Amino acid sequence: MDIPRYWRLKSQRYRLEGRKCLDCGTLSFPPRLVCQKCKSRHSQPFEFKGKGKLYSFTTIYQAPDRFDDLVPYAVGLIDLEEGVRITAQITDILPKQLEIGMDLEMVIRKIYEDGNKGPILYGYKFRPIMAAQN
Amino acid sequence: MRKVAIVGIGQTPVREHWENNLRDLAVTALRDAMEDAGVETVDGVCVGNMLSGALSEQEHLGSLIVDYAGLDGVEGMKIEAACGSGAAAIRMAVKAVASGLMDAVGVVGVEKLTEFSGKFSIASLATAADADYEITMGLSFVGINALMMRRYLHEFKYDKNDFSIFPVNAHHNAVQNPNAMFRYTITPAQYAKSKMIADPINLLDSSPIADGAAAVIVVAEDHIQRYQGKGVSILACEVGTDTVALDNREDLLWLKGVERSVKKAYHVSGLSPRDIDFFEAHDAFSIITAMSLEASGFAEKGKAIPFAEKKGISIQGGLPLNTAGGLKGRGHPVGATGVYQVVEAVQQLRGVMPEAIQVKKNNVAMTQNIGGSGATVITTILKKIE
Repeated sequence: MDIPRYWRLKSQRYRLEGRKCLDCGTLSFPPRLVCQKCKSRHSQPFEFKGKGKLYSFTTIYQAPDRFDDLVPYAVGLIDLEEGVRITAQITDILPKQLEIGMDLEMVIRKIYEDGNKGPILYGYKFRPIMAAQN
Repeated sequence: MRKVAIVGIGQTPVREHWENNLRDLAVTALRDAMEDAGVETVDGVCVGNMLSGALSEQEHLGSLIVDYAGLDGVEGMKIEAACGSGAAAIRMAVKAVASGLMDAVGVVGVEKLTEFSGKFSIASLATAADADYEITMGLSFVGINALMMRRYLHEFKYDKNDFSIFPVNAHHNAVQNPNAMFRYTITPAQYAKSKMIADPINLLDSSPIADGAAAVIVVAEDHIQRYQGKGVSILACEVGTDTVALDNREDLLWLKGVERSVKKAYHVSGLSPRDIDFFEAHDAFSIITAMSLEASGFAEKGKAIPFAEKKGISIQGGLPLNTAGGLKGRGHPVGATGVYQVVEAVQQLRGVMPEAIQVKKNNVAMTQNIGGSGATVITTILKKIE
């Protein structure tokens, strides 16, 4: 179990923290030391709101071992409102109900358990925004 | 820079080689290529491999293979670029010979993916993607390609079954290749009923996990008369890169790594897509074949399927594609694949392919080896020497 790695990623996993370039304003997620656009090394943390639209998705039937219990489950590319695309599992919906363009929001969920004795990993997934909430 | 050529080739059949270990597969292909070239030794060995550490608990392949190949003391190193490792190793050999640093370099691509259970191999293959932001989200390597295919179907309004043209062609050619893993044909009807791996990618879209090794001997073109094997000129072997993570790309449906790689390859060879007689594409999944044809300049964006239908991709077609079965039919021993593609192109240019899959117009070949979902792309252009 690579505990330092999960400790290190907590701001991304729990808060969707990326970076904002101080020179050109470009946002990045995951955080990058060098701006993808202007190549500046000056940036500050930027927290994404966690709202977006489904850009593409897949239903996984053959999963890596640690995700085997979840099969079939959906993973999508989500275009966040701030203009950055991220990869996450889509939850609280049957895979066959997924549609490109649907509105989604971030939630914190269990990602996987590291065996019987290891820690439980939490992080972001995305779920449909319910009609009543709109 | 000196011009470079290939004067020797070797390959093992692509199989589940439970009876052979990694080093013996590599040594067999390398020594076969050396025999073909008629050389006793080489100045250096480049080993293309992705997963020996994870799946054979063996790194340090350069010196290991040099030792077991009987090349005592020769320089050897492993080159890794995920599924593009094989052609990346050829690229390193080309640089060494073109620069004048070495006169003859052996390249061997080798991979053993069937040592552990399939699930373990699948998890290891996923290390080609972004570990922190793609794979820990539950994505498999097939899933990453499925995200591209879903959006492609959505944007360009294809029926999923339209993609069957690529695997049907690959299997058709693989029947004639004795080194191919799947020597049987498949039909569009079988494709339509094939089981889903990561929707919309089904089993018949996907190249198989396999073991194998392939090798080439790279030399200075001015020296080819010193060697016994019939020489084939390497006009270009050029690398293009892109983001490893799919979600960080500007355009999900355009393989910029492919575009960067082919632009360089066309530039240094002075050729264009219309000069290419046949193309060995990286058909790890059907969607990649389509997007590779587009970013390589053969078809317009979103038009690879009508291009393939109209131009013809069979051996008799306007652009024969994956003539020895491609990754889908020959099999995809990942770090060896890029070398298999070049070995098969050399067989075509020498005119020694089994008759049923020997292309008639065999002057100029292009091969393209892709690492990950398009983050490392190596395009090689080869030409017959008269």
